[in-house]
Amino acid sequence: VARLIEEFHKLPGIGPKSAQRLAYHLLRMPAAQARTLAEAIVDVKERIVLCSACQNVTEIQPCRICTDPGRERSLICVVEEPLDILALERTGTYRGLYHVLHGVISPMDGIGPEELKVQELLQRLRSDEVREIILATNPNIEGDATAMYLGRLLRPLGPRVTRLARGLPVGGDVEYADDITLSRALEGRQEVQG
Amino acid sequence: LIRRARLYKTEAIVLRQRKLGEADRIVSLYTPNYGKLDAKAKGVRKTISRMAGHLQPLTRCAVQLAQGRSMEIVAGCQTIEAFPALRQDLERLSCALYAAELVDRMLPERVEALATYQLLLDTLHRLEAGIDMELALRYFEIQLLGQAGFRPELEQCPACGSALLGGPHRFSVTAGGVLCRSCADGDVEARPLSIDALKALRLLQRASWPEIARVLPAMSREIESHLRSYIVYVLEREVNALAFIERLRREGKGLPVEV
Repeated sequence: VARLIEEFHKLPGIGPKSAQRLAYHLLRMPAAQARTLAEAIVDVKERIVLCSACQNVTEIQPCRICTDPGRERSLICVVEEPLDILALERTGTYRGLYHVLHGVISPMDGIGPEELKVQELLQRLRSDEVREIILATNPNIEGDATAMYLGRLLRPLGPRVTRLARGLPVGGDVEYADDITLSRALEGRQEVQG
Repeated sequence: LIRRARLYKTEAIVLRQRKLGEADRIVSLYTPNYGKLDAKAKGVRKTISRMAGHLQPLTRCAVQLAQGRSMEIVAGCQTIEAFPALRQDLERLSCALYAAELVDRMLPERVEALATYQLLLDTLHRLEAGIDMELALRYFEIQLLGQAGFRPELEQCPACGSALLGGPHRFSVTAGGVLCRSCADGDVEARPLSIDALKALRLLQRASWPEIARVLPAMSREIESHLRSYIVYVLEREVNALAFIERLRREGKGLPVEV
């Protein structure tokens, strides 16, 4: 039991108390259910691979998005992490392909482009007809650095390179907006509809 | 250690951030009166956070801090200066991050730092303007070394104390300065330093920025490399942001891009 508690404790967001609670919950769990959980964990590690094209996590190779005939193949949206794809897919408005960098350039932490899936992105540009690349890195220092770096790298290769717009979040407050967000929001203002 | 009220206001430059738990971050703040300190910023990773935008690295802001048990907590924050040009130019951004990293690594926590705060702020203004960036960084490096207690000795030999007469000169990182001829013979690590570079270093160390910007000594790679090795020696580690600056420089020269 002590070993189990220790293993739980290593997970993100799990403190010593939660680890204990989870371990004792497992003890009381029916054997079959515990087995299902254990198998799910093993499966994740054994069956999930990175898509050879977009580098997203997937069970089938290439992934479902990359093989979907309904998606626009000349459009690639570059994201930092696989979870960003889930968020973008939830909107239902994007119909192109993705590319996951698995990280972000962070000069102060010594993380450079060589640690990201940049080479793989260049490879895709060489083999496929790409009209536009949408950079969907986070709007912070690291995301800015990554977007600027990729922009510089990709532009000479032909495609249009764009970045997600910045502005006020839904449910936000103009009063509390920071200077940069507010000036970008002003620059990107739009005609009122309806 | 400086005594602080339970809730206090100060100006600060955000040096860096790291994630904490689900939605929080720890921000490294550099303040004029309390020096460098870490503070917990709650909920700033949520999209509707009122503070997130004001706490981005390389932002100068007015913060309100509450004393926490182990760490201060950011109670409020308002941007004073956001340095927008820094964020839209890769070279300026990497240089500014380098400056912030040096301050973060070289200075102790919670020690009053009016002069160094001013130096960092002035340097960010110079980088924001984007002119004489190399000069601004060299000036920043040598001044910061001095303020952190690692002033390179450029007038007399740090080993024997005798005045530096004719060359050839050698800079020793272990001795922390330029050695005289006889001491240099005994120090195999010391690297040659040209008379032009020595003069430029002395000027950087002694003169004020307006003077330097007027005289504008050419910032050779030699000066840069000597200061760099000294900084690495003092910190006992590499400066991360340098690798990125070097990469941009290589790629900017049109050398093959190896990612």
